[in-house]
Amino acid sequence: MKKTPLLIAALVLLLLLAVPPFLKNYGIYLFSYWLVFVIATMGLNLTIGYAGQKSLRHAAFFGIGAYTVAILMKAGFSFWFGLPVAMLGCFVIGLALGAPALRVQTIYLAFATLGFNTAVWLVMRNEEWLTGGTFGINNIARPGLLGLSLNAALPYYYFVLAMTVLLGALLWKLLSSPWGKAFRALRDNPIRAESLGVNIQAYTLLSFAIGAVYAGIAGALFASLVEFIEPAPFAVGTSIMMYLMVVVGGAGYFFGPLLGSAVGVLLPEWLRFAQGWYLFAFGTAVVMLMLWLPDGLLSIPDRLKARRHAREASAARTAAASKVGAQT
Amino acid sequence: MTDFFQLVFSGMATGSIYALAALGFTLLWQASGTINFAQGEFVMLPAFVMLAFATFGAPMPVAFALTCVVAVAILGWAFKRGIADPLLRFGLMPIVVATIGLAIAARNGIRAGYSAEAHPFPSLFADKLFNIAGVTITLADVGTLVFALLLVVGTQAFLARTVTGRAMQAVAQNTESATVLGINVPRMIFYTFAINAVLACAAALLVTPTYLAKFDMGESLGTKAFFAAIIGGFNNSRGALLGGIIVGVSENLAAAYISPAYKDAVALVIFMVVILFKPQGLLGKKVERKV
Amino acid sequence: MNLFRRTFVTTACALALAGPGLAQAQAIKIAGLYELSGAGATSGTNFKDGVALAVKEINAAGGIMGKQIEHSISDTQSNPGVAKGLTTKAVDDNVIAIMGPVFSGSIMVSMAESRRAEVPNIVGGEAAAITKQGNPYVFRTSFTQETAMPKVARYLANNLKAKNVAVIFVNNDFGKGGRDAITKALTDVGIKVIADISTESGQIDFSAPVLKAKGANADALFAYTNEEESARLLRELRKQGYNKPVVGETTLTGQKVIELAGDSANGAVGHVGLTVDAPNPLMLKFKAKFYQEYKYFCDHNGIKGYTGVYMLKAAIEKAGKLDRKAIATALHGLKLTAAKTPGVILDVAIDDKGDLDRESYLVEVKGGKQEVKEVLPALGQK
Repeated sequence: MKKTPLLIAALVLLLLLAVPPFLKNYGIYLFSYWLVFVIATMGLNLTIGYAGQKSLRHAAFFGIGAYTVAILMKAGFSFWFGLPVAMLGCFVIGLALGAPALRVQTIYLAFATLGFNTAVWLVMRNEEWLTGGTFGINNIARPGLLGLSLNAALPYYYFVLAMTVLLGALLWKLLSSPWGKAFRALRDNPIRAESLGVNIQAYTLLSFAIGAVYAGIAGALFASLVEFIEPAPFAVGTSIMMYLMVVVGGAGYFFGPLLGSAVGVLLPEWLRFAQGWYLFAFGTAVVMLMLWLPDGLLSIPDRLKARRHAREASAARTAAASKVGAQT
Repeated sequence: MTDFFQLVFSGMATGSIYALAALGFTLLWQASGTINFAQGEFVMLPAFVMLAFATFGAPMPVAFALTCVVAVAILGWAFKRGIADPLLRFGLMPIVVATIGLAIAARNGIRAGYSAEAHPFPSLFADKLFNIAGVTITLADVGTLVFALLLVVGTQAFLARTVTGRAMQAVAQNTESATVLGINVPRMIFYTFAINAVLACAAALLVTPTYLAKFDMGESLGTKAFFAAIIGGFNNSRGALLGGIIVGVSENLAAAYISPAYKDAVALVIFMVVILFKPQGLLGKKVERKV
Repeated sequence: MNLFRRTFVTTACALALAGPGLAQAQAIKIAGLYELSGAGATSGTNFKDGVALAVKEINAAGGIMGKQIEHSISDTQSNPGVAKGLTTKAVDDNVIAIMGPVFSGSIMVSMAESRRAEVPNIVGGEAAAITKQGNPYVFRTSFTQETAMPKVARYLANNLKAKNVAVIFVNNDFGKGGRDAITKALTDVGIKVIADISTESGQIDFSAPVLKAKGANADALFAYTNEEESARLLRELRKQGYNKPVVGETTLTGQKVIELAGDSANGAVGHVGLTVDAPNPLMLKFKAKFYQEYKYFCDHNGIKGYTGVYMLKAAIEKAGKLDRKAIATALHGLKLTAAKTPGVILDVAIDDKGDLDRESYLVEVKGGKQEVKEVLPALGQK
């Protein structure tokens, strides 16, 4: 069973590498935009999918990453300096603000994170001297890599793709390690996990912190992709969208974010033929998707398996019953 | 000093608006564990339905009654059967996402199908001003507050004093025992959804004259309602009213005495403090964690 | 699952590649980037409807230089990230011009892209920064706040003889830009701003800002918020018995605000660049046409969209060919009179930065209607 995901991953990678040169600028931009969200939602998937926490503030870290890089670049520092600073900042803040998770559960945690997101957004909007307020920060440059300019659409796309693959691989390693098992234990039964010696406080905080770092990196890439940032994309609405992407793709499934972000970013594009109603169609599609597949799109293989097992089991039962009947 | 009272009174009026939205949200959570991220839209939709009925010539009371019926059918029964029932056993995430999708669909459906503009909405109350000791209050302010109070107290009384209400509470506390005791659990849950729908209609009637009927009125109303519900107590109906008033008043006081740009932050700070130190809310009862 | 999606996308993109190539020979393509959802939905929808009406009229009358206009509509979701993508798409599609967006954030992004691709971008934004970037491809459809505010300041100084003013503004780029512009304009005429009060977009309760304004005891109040908030502000002002003059802009005295605020709107004075209630026969005709088509009265954004298309048409005709650079050059320095080009409704002149010069009105709300007190001529006309 391990082979299939790897095979699919290889196929997807091939397509992601091969298709964009044939697309026009808009297609490349869309793919880059999609991959940025894949990175962000990978982090969120760790926090809510694998560690079972609730987080509706992911966009805040997305924003912190974006603004850190943008402000530092405006001050003359390079992107490659700004990126680690953003990562560190998000890690520290993520760790510090994971604290509420230690005290509250589920829905209260969700709202606490929502509150934090709003607070961060308020700061972004009001502190004009730092963030440019609602006027935002314009003309953000794209980084250069080892002498190569990443200015044009296609090179930058490959850069984002490389980052996505790298971060995905890191996440895979993390999840296969004992840490990954600890996170899953945290999700499935925290009290039992604690009784088994898992330091649930540390892992809770870590799940938030690592998730935040991913969002921060995505934010930095986002800033250079759009070349203009303002507070609006980092508000609660985006956090809610990211949450939607993870759940729709399949929370706790490794490739969930890939599909979920596709739904969140690409589906509204495909629905544009519906003109003014495309968002209505999108909302309805999400509801339908949830009703049909509450565990997300990637739960389809599991469901098919379960159905097959159920059929086999009932066939076995009928066979056994007829044997019993034949005996008496 | 009069300034202070002016702010407090206006805040209480606005707060009672948030409270009405918060009330139904709290009830739904208590009785069925449904987190309805579309609660704001549940208030927005009846507002537009009433407007539609009014354009067809129905006088306001008739439009309201008709809307209640429609709301119970769609926001109550259809919502329960179509979305809540199938998804509740899968935990919180699917229903949260489904209601998010529902909110997006409702908002954009109205925008595309009706209009992107704001519409005036007739007020129940005449346009009268009172001046008490230098503080100006409108009849609408007082009226909204009084109605909100009546609705909250009425709901509380219904839940505590009537047999049906007690049955609903039993279902909220322990579904299995309730079934064993012979209570028709699905029907009780339906009643909760129906009450939420009617409360949302009442909220729409009281709120829309100030808010103005617009497709996105549900967004900010919904968020404030969540904060109000948590601050006041997520498992207590009176908490919704207290929470709403706290949010409304603190916003005003913050805007006047601290900083208008950060006025939302004060409600947030209170919210965070409550969440961290008293997560069940100011009036709520502690809920034990299940292993 | 992944394979399927990937193939879908590839096919879709391939079709997108093929499509434009076929259609180009036949039509003049205009891409419309509008805020149809999110914070800017009302403005974007109005603007889009104005553009669509103009396109419909022009096509019915034979199009531009015999070619029909193909108007594609896209939703920026009030999100600059999306706006950037859509501008890229428009450029990919080889359009002649881009109409919209309306919100400054999205405009910043779209005009950078359209400049790179050298495509004229006719926008609905009012922020001052738009025409300050030296971008030869961006054009406005309304006054910049920097042109409008001095007129207001002059009214406050000369007509109202105000020595100090309280300013209430909405905390978004529209409101902040306006606040910055009026503060500068007021300082230039020697008036002091003694209260600077910010409000939220979508704010419901205005008791705090009004109390602050009352407390400041200024000679007049300048209010710069969006339409619904203006209505609520006016109501609160009346409720608290504010008796000083209230002055604003189009967003304070528009028809929508009067509808929403009722009697509370009476007495408000505004400097209005574009209003469907201007005492101008062409404007009133437009108002009726728009209402007939869409069953609502548009705000100034609808007029912007409509006149924008006619400006573009005139420029294309002046340039004589479907060359984007030539059209941009033709737009700069273009002077259109309503007599010869009824589509622009009011005489307009476009300068070399993309800014407009037009007459405007000083309007007072009386008895639930906008009454023009004064017609302020275009700066170039004197």
